[in-house]
Amino acid sequence: MGSNLSGLQEALLILGMMLVTFAARYPLLALSGRVRLPQPVERALAYVPVAVLTAICIPMVLKPGGGDWQLSVSNPYLMASLVAIAVAWITRHLLLTITLGMLCFFALRLLLPLT
Amino acid sequence: MLNNSQTSTRRQEFFLGARDTIPLIIGSIPFGIIFGAIAITAGLSVWAVLGLSLIVFAGSAQFVAAGLVGQGATVGLIVLTTFFVNLRHALYAASLGTYLRHLPQRWLIPLAFLLTDETYAAVIKRFQAAEQSEHRHWYFLGSALAMYTNWQICTVIGIVTGQKLAGVSDWGLEIAMVVTFIGIVVPLITTRAMFTCCVVAASVAVIAIDLPNQLGLIVASLAGISAGYAVELFSPQSTDKPKVT
Repeated sequence: MGSNLSGLQEALLILGMMLVTFAARYPLLALSGRVRLPQPVERALAYVPVAVLTAICIPMVLKPGGGDWQLSVSNPYLMASLVAIAVAWITRHLLLTITLGMLCFFALRLLLPLT
Repeated sequence: MLNNSQTSTRRQEFFLGARDTIPLIIGSIPFGIIFGAIAITAGLSVWAVLGLSLIVFAGSAQFVAAGLVGQGATVGLIVLTTFFVNLRHALYAASLGTYLRHLPQRWLIPLAFLLTDETYAAVIKRFQAAEQSEHRHWYFLGSALAMYTNWQICTVIGIVTGQKLAGVSDWGLEIAMVVTFIGIVVPLITTRAMFTCCVVAASVAVIAIDLPNQLGLIVASLAGISAGYAVELFSPQSTDKPKVT
């Protein structure tokens, strides 16, 4: 890890993130009392959280730290994720999923030899 | 002009909003701290980490940005990814906007800035139950400011922790983000369309994993959204529709 961003780039990053975040939050809050989104757009938007959050997790779990593929039981990210999926599926409880997933991760890290 | 009973109703709504958000605030404490620690170890400066929490104020997008900075992504890509990660806020905004149409800009702008998953969850419940209250925006403000204040405190604690503990980046704290997202995503998979969306997004993310600058994230997201919506369109029954809220 290690960032190559300069101070100017950091400022641009924050400004850009602020603008696009506000652009997602503000227009419909101000307008939706008067204008309604087209039905197809509104329905497609419902898939955004599942699609984006899933796509974010895949590389972090299968290529931890931006390294090589780790498709084995000795990959603690993969094992902890499978445990978290099972807990979430059965209990639908967010904090329990987080707690058990992280416990599994750190237990494996302690038990497995360093990779 | 204000009379006393109006003032007290506003104050009541404000504190009720803050109080009802407390469980969600407690849930966000570890993420705020871990965000601060991860962002510092990813190489961002202290003021940049503080700036993300103070000016952007978008939990999961801040996490993703810290992760992408650590992997050397460009500013443009991180901003684009932020937009995608925060697109769900457009849905929240559309859902809440119908209750806020009477408000002037001096209210709408700060409320939009402070909108988060947690505040949405608390506020939509209240708005649906107390549709008649003309001071319900004070409930929104109370919930949002409680979240905001707590997020800043947790960020500072995380920054200090990240600097004090050498090698905190090797602990694999990103797992907190992964299991959090799993805990959010899995309960959302209640329909065939949502399941398809998840499987397609995951598969395309695997295939596209080596695209430069994490472009795979956007390709996989769009593929998942399209697949889910397509299944919904071609489902024989309307029961396969996900709940928008």
